[in-house]
Amino acid sequence: MPRIDRIAEPWGSRTPYGPGETWPVRVDSYLADGLTEDDVDRWAQSATILHSNGDGLDIAVKDDRIVGVRGRAVDRVNHGRLGPKDLYGWQANNSPDRLTKPLIRRDGELVETDWDTAMDAVAGRCRELLDEQGPSSIAFYTTGQLFLEEYYTLGLIAHGGIGTNHVDGNTRLCTATAAAALKETFACDGQPGSYTDIDHADVIALYGHNMAETQTVLWTRILDRLAGPNPPQVVCVDPRETPVARAATVHLAPRPGTNVMLMNALLHEIIGNGWVDRDYVDAHTVGFDELAKRVEDYPPEVAAEVCDVPVEDIRKAARIIGHARRLLSTVLQGFYQSHQATAAAVQVNNINVVRGMLGRPGCGILQMNGQPTAQNTREAGADGDLPAFRNWSNDSHIKDLARVWNVDPMDIPHYSPPTHAMQMFRYAEEGSIRFLYVTATNPAVSLPELARIRSILAQDRLFLVVQDIFLSETAQLADVVLPAATWGEKTGTFTNVDRTVHLSEKAVDPPGEARPDLDILIDFAHRLDLRDKDGEPLVKWSDPEGAFEGWKECSKGRPCDYSGLSYDKLRGGSGIQWPVTEEHPDGTEHIYVDGQFWAEPSYCESYGRDLVTGAPLDGTEYRALNPSGRAVLKAAGYLPPHELVSEEFPFQLITGRTLYHFHTRTKTARAPQLQAAAPEVWVEMAASDAGDRGWAEGDLLEIRTPRGRVEARLRISGIRPGVAFLPFHYGYWDQPGGDRPDGHGRAANELTLTDWDPCSKQPIFKTAAAAVTRLAAGDGPSAAPTTTGSRPVSADVPPTRGGTAAEAVEVLAQGGAR
Amino acid sequence: MKLGLAIEELHRSENHLARVLLAVSDRHKADHEVFYVARDIAGWSQRHVTELARVGGDFGLDLDPEPEGEPGILEKIQQATSDLFGRRPEPGLLLLADLRHVHREAAGVSLDWELLAQAAQGARKRELLALAERCHPDTLRQMRWANAKLKESATQALVS
Repeated sequence: MPRIDRIAEPWGSRTPYGPGETWPVRVDSYLADGLTEDDVDRWAQSATILHSNGDGLDIAVKDDRIVGVRGRAVDRVNHGRLGPKDLYGWQANNSPDRLTKPLIRRDGELVETDWDTAMDAVAGRCRELLDEQGPSSIAFYTTGQLFLEEYYTLGLIAHGGIGTNHVDGNTRLCTATAAAALKETFACDGQPGSYTDIDHADVIALYGHNMAETQTVLWTRILDRLAGPNPPQVVCVDPRETPVARAATVHLAPRPGTNVMLMNALLHEIIGNGWVDRDYVDAHTVGFDELAKRVEDYPPEVAAEVCDVPVEDIRKAARIIGHARRLLSTVLQGFYQSHQATAAAVQVNNINVVRGMLGRPGCGILQMNGQPTAQNTREAGADGDLPAFRNWSNDSHIKDLARVWNVDPMDIPHYSPPTHAMQMFRYAEEGSIRFLYVTATNPAVSLPELARIRSILAQDRLFLVVQDIFLSETAQLADVVLPAATWGEKTGTFTNVDRTVHLSEKAVDPPGEARPDLDILIDFAHRLDLRDKDGEPLVKWSDPEGAFEGWKECSKGRPCDYSGLSYDKLRGGSGIQWPVTEEHPDGTEHIYVDGQFWAEPSYCESYGRDLVTGAPLDGTEYRALNPSGRAVLKAAGYLPPHELVSEEFPFQLITGRTLYHFHTRTKTARAPQLQAAAPEVWVEMAASDAGDRGWAEGDLLEIRTPRGRVEARLRISGIRPGVAFLPFHYGYWDQPGGDRPDGHGRAANELTLTDWDPCSKQPIFKTAAAAVTRLAAGDGPSAAPTTTGSRPVSADVPPTRGGTAAEAVEVLAQGGAR
Repeated sequence: MKLGLAIEELHRSENHLARVLLAVSDRHKADHEVFYVARDIAGWSQRHVTELARVGGDFGLDLDPEPEGEPGILEKIQQATSDLFGRRPEPGLLLLADLRHVHREAAGVSLDWELLAQAAQGARKRELLALAERCHPDTLRQMRWANAKLKESATQALVS
C-alpha cells in the first residue's frame, strides 16, 4: 500500500484530468495503531465533519471503538479523497477529556450530577422565566456542526413552542454573508453552483477564499485540473500569499476593508468593455442600468489607489473574467468577515449574472460555508430564519408553517427580523435575555472582543446552558453543562455547500452518559411540556429518522426540497444534491437553469435589505422592483472601514485560519498529528515591515488594540505590507487560565472590534487597527506551518512534517469510477 | 422666486439631521450597529450640505460648504456614559425615542427635497433638479433605516 505523510502533503498526489473529463478516483485512508482494513470489524457510512466540503467517508470500527477513516470512492464530492483534518481528526472522539456526565454549578463550582437534576434545572429555569418575563428572556445559540434533524427540532422548539425570536447559530460568524448575498441577488438562499463546475470551468475566481486550507479536497480537484491538459486560469483575491495565490494566474492583494472598491472596478471593466451577456441580462435580471451607472464611478485607477493594487493587475483580472467561457466564482471569509461584507459578496454574484454564467456546467457561484452543517443551520431554521427558506415577512408563509407544525400563526414570532447572535449578546448584556442555551459552539473564543463576551457570559443574572463534548472555555462559564454525543456516535444527515446531502450513521456508542443532541433537545421539550394547538406534544418524533420525515414534509414544495429523499436512499451510494423530488428523484446538479429563479414575490425567501443600512425591504417595495422574480443586480458604493490605522495603531489586523485546525481546536488539538503541525499561535507580517524594525523570524511580539493584547511569535510570510495576521483558533482550555488569559492573551479575538455588516449581521474580523511591538528576540523560528499560507519567506525554517505517525494510505484507481 | 429660501432651508435641515444622527450614534455606543450605521448615514447628510452650498452659489447664497462640526467633548462624554450604562435596560427605551426622532427629522428633510424638486421643475433648473434626484433617495433610506431599526428594537424594549 502506498503511504504518504499527509501533514507534509496536505493535498496528496496529483491525478491530472482535462476539461469535461471525470475526476479520477483516489481513495485515502488512515487507520490507527498499524491496523489494516482486514482488522476492521465494520464500517459506518458518514461524511467529513471538520470543514464544509462534505466528503463522503466510512468510519472504521474495531472492538466498538473508532479506529480510522476511509474516503468513499463512489461519492460525487470527493471521489475517495480526504483531507488531513479528516484523516486524523476523528481521534478526538476517543479523547479522555470527553464530557461523560452532566455538570451543574453549586457554590460557584461545576460539579457532576445526573441527567434528571441537570435537565430539571434547565427546563425549570426556562419555565420560570417564561412565566415571569415571557419568550423575550430566552435565547438559543447553536452551531454549524450539529445534524439537520437537530436543527429542525431546535427551531421547532424555539420558534413554534417557546415563541422566541432569539435563535441563531455561530454560522453568523461563518456563512451569514453567503446566505445574505444569495438572498440579495436571487431572493433566496441555495447555491447556484456545483463542485462539478470545477471539471468544466476555464476560469475559476476565488474571492477572499483560501480554498487550499479551508476545503482541501475541493482544492485538490482544482490542483488536478491545473496539472492536466487545458487547465483553467485562476484569479485570486487575498491579502496573503496563500497556496491559492501561488497557483493563480493573477493575484490581487487588496488593502483589507476595500473589497467593494475592487469589485466595483472589476465590474467597471467588465461592463465598460461590453463583456456582458445582454440577452441574458435583458431576459432575466432587473437593476442593470443602476449597476452600470454606479460602477462608472470606480475606474481601475481609483481602485488601484484605494486598494493599493497595481492597476494593470486589476485590468488583467477583469480581462480574464470578462473573456471566460465557463466561469466559476467562489467566495469566503476574506469577503464575509470583512467590511461591507454583503455588498462585496453581491458584486461577485453580479459578475456571474451580467456574464450569464449560471445554471450550466462550469458556470456557477459557490458562496462557501465554513462549517460542515452550516447549510442545514440555514435551511432548517436554526439561524433564526424560518425553516425551508420561508419568508418571515410573508404572512402566507407563516400560515403554511403553522399548518405544518399545527400551531397558531401568532405563536411563530415574525414581527421583525430574527435576532442575530451579536444582538442576542447585546440583549444579554443589558439584561433582557436571561437564559442562553448554547449548543456545540464556543463563543468565549470565537466571538469578537473577548473581554466583553466573557463578562456577558459570566453574569450571575444570565442562566447559561452549554451542550458540548468537551469542557470548552464557554462551558467553564456555564450554569449547566450537558455532555453530548458527536459525529460517529449518533445518526443524522447533513448538507454541504453544493447542496449534497449525506447520511452519517452511528458507528459506536457515546462515552459515559453522553447523549445525542437530538435526544437532549426532545427531553427539554417534554420537560417544558410544549404542545401543539390540539394539545398533542409539539415534537412528534423521538429519533433522527422521524425528525427527517418531519423535515421532508416541511421542506416539500420549497427550494430546498428533501421530499424525494430517505435514509434508505442515502445509504450505500453517493450523497445526493437537493432539491430531490418525485420529478427529480436523483437530485439536481444545477439550479437556476435558463434563468429560472426562486425570486417570485410570493415564493421568495427574502425581499432583500439595504446594503448600507441593513433595513429590510417590505413586500410592496420588492414587488414593485421585481414583479416577475428575476435576479436582482444590486449596486453598492464603497465606504471606508470603521476602524482606520493611525500613528498609535499603524497595522491592519486580520484574523483567519490554518489548514490543520478547526474553529477553537477543541477537536483538532486533540489529534496529535494536527496539533503537532500547528501547536501554537503565531503572527504573520511582511518581510519589509519586519526588516524596517529589525525584527526576525521567531521574535516574540505583542499585538495590541484598544480592546486587548496578544503575544505571538513572528512568522515572516508573503502577506502584504502593513497587515498583521493572527490565526483565531488558539484559546485557553489547554492553558493555565482555562477560560481566559492568565497573564498575556493568545486568542486573536481579544483584539477584534465589535462591529458587523448591517445586512448579513456577520461580525467583522478583518479590519481592526493594531500596534505591534517586540518583547524579545526569538531563539528559533515560530511554530507556524510551512506548507500553507503561513509559508516562511526564509529558507532556514524546518518544513512541517508529520513523520511516520502521519503516514496515510493513498490508492489510485485504475480507470475512472464516476 | 423663493428658490433660495428652499435651498437655505434644506441646507439647515440637512445640517441638523447630520447632527441628530451623530448625537444618536454617540448616545448608543454600546449598541454597535446603531453607533456605526448612524455615523455612516450622517455622512450622506453632510455630503448633501456641501452640494447644497455649492449649488446655492448660483442663487446668490453664501452657505457654508463645511458640515457643522464633529462631536465635541460633550458627545465624547455621552459615548463613555453609553458604555458605562450598557448594562442597564433603560437605553432600550431611549433608543426607541431617538429613532423616532431621527425618523421625524428625516421625514422633514424628505419633504424639503420634495419642495425643492417641485420648484426646480417649475423653474426649469436642471442642475437643481438633478441634485434633488441624487440626494433625496439617501434621505428616504435614512428614514427607512430609522423605521426598520425602530420596528426591530421595539419588541424587546417594550415586552421585557
